[in-house]
Amino acid sequence: MRFLCFPRALLAPLCALVLLAAALPAWAAFELPPLPYPSAALEPAINATTMTIHHDRHHAAYVSNLNGQISANPGLGDLSLEALQAQVGRFPAAVRNNGGGHWNHSQFWAVMAPAGQGGAPSPELQQAIDASFGSLEALQQQFNQAAAARFGSGWAWLIRRSDGQLAITSTANQDNPLMDLPGLERGLPLIGLDVWEHAYYLQYQNRRPEYISAWWDLINWNEVNRRFAAASSL
Amino acid sequence: MAHTLPALPYDLDALEPHISRQTLEFHHGKHHAAYVNNLNNLVAGTDLEAKSLEEVILAVAGEATKAGVFNNAAQVWNHTFYWQSLKPGGGGAPTGALAEKINADFGSFEAFTEQFKAAGATQFGSGWAWLVLDGGTLKITKTGNADLPLAHGQKALLTMDVWEHAYYLDYQNRRPDYISTFLDKLVNWEFVAANLAAA
Ligand SMILES: [Fe+2]
Ligand SMILES: [Fe+2]
Repeated sequence: MRFLCFPRALLAPLCALVLLAAALPAWAAFELPPLPYPSAALEPAINATTMTIHHDRHHAAYVSNLNGQISANPGLGDLSLEALQAQVGRFPAAVRNNGGGHWNHSQFWAVMAPAGQGGAPSPELQQAIDASFGSLEALQQQFNQAAAARFGSGWAWLIRRSDGQLAITSTANQDNPLMDLPGLERGLPLIGLDVWEHAYYLQYQNRRPEYISAWWDLINWNEVNRRFAAASSL
Repeated sequence: MAHTLPALPYDLDALEPHISRQTLEFHHGKHHAAYVNNLNNLVAGTDLEAKSLEEVILAVAGEATKAGVFNNAAQVWNHTFYWQSLKPGGGGAPTGALAEKINADFGSFEAFTEQFKAAGATQFGSGWAWLVLDGGTLKITKTGNADLPLAHGQKALLTMDVWEHAYYLDYQNRRPDYISTFLDKLVNWEFVAANLAAA
C-alpha cells in the first residue's frame, strides 16, 4: 500500500480510492524514509551490513509498529511525526517507543554524511558552540562522555534549549528531547547519536567509545547548521 | 571483598551453533568482565567494599546516587546467573516437581513458554526475562537494563539476557529467533529445578 501511495502528492486521489476499497481502518500515515546515501557510503566508520540491517530492519520495524498503533489510538494518524513527539505523553508506551524510534532514526540518517562531505559548522553555530562549551573539542568531550555513560540502550544529543543555550543530554531507549516526558531535558535536537548496541555491535562489539569516536567523521554539519538556523528562528 | 569473574560453566564453543564462541568471548570475556572490574573500582575504599555481591545490590537498590554501583553489581549477578541458566544440549520441557509446579501455576508448559517468549520479546531496549518465585507462586517477569528480581523481593529461578549484545552477532535484529532457540535448545532445567528446590 505504501508503494501505491508514493509519491503521495501525485497519487493521492487514486490512493484514497485504493484505501477505501481495501477498507483499511486508517491511513498508513508514517513512512520509512530511504537512506540519503548508499548503505556503504559511511564505511569504514559504519559498514554497509550495519546500515542495511539498521535501516531496513530496525527502523522499518518502528515505522510498521507505529502504523499498527493508528487504529487503536484516535488522532495518531493525523499527527505529523514531529508533532507526535511533543505529545507522546498522552499515548501508550508502544506509541512513544515506536514513534520515538521512527523520529530518532530519521534524524540519525540525515545528520550523517560520507566522511569529508558533511561541511563544517557555520559561523553562527560555531559562535553558539564557543559560547556554550568554549570550543568544539569541549563539546565533543562532553558529548562522548554522555554517549559512553548512557547505560543500556539510548541516544546522546546536542540540543538547543529554549533559553538559546546549547547543551548535551542523553535519553533512554527511544525517548528524545522533544518528548513531553517528566524528568527529561527538553530542547531542539541538533545532533542525535544512536548508542543502542545494534548501531555498532557487528563492527565494534563492546567497544562503544571507538564507535563514538569514528562516528564524528560522519557528521553532516550542513544538516546541523540547518537545524540550528531553524531552531534559532523559532 | 573483591568481586571476581566466574569461569563459564562450559567451553566457549559449547553452545554452538545456537550461541557462537565469538558471542561468548565478548559477552563473558568483555561485558561480564567489565561489570566486575567497574564494580570493584566503584566500591573500593567505601563501606560497600566489605559486602557480598547480594548485600551490595540490596544496599544500593533504588538509590539514585548509587545507580552506577547498582548497575554494575546487578549485571555481575545477572550474568553469572545467566551462564548457569544455559547448557549444551538443554531446552525442551522440564520434568518432576518443577514440571508439576509450572503446570499448576501457568496451566501448562505451553502457557509458560508463551508468557516467557512474550516477556523477552516485549522488553523494550536492554534487559532480562525471568522465571521467578514470588510469594510461593511462579511468575514470568521482565526487567530493564540491570534490574533484577532480588531488588523486588522475588527469587530468580531462570533468566534470559535480551540485551542486544547477547544475540546480535548470531541473530542481529531477530530477537524472537534467539528466544525460541534459548527455550528449545539451551535452557538448563536442572539448574532451574535446583533453584526451586532450594527456595
Ligand atoms: Fe538504532
Ligand atoms: Fe549481557
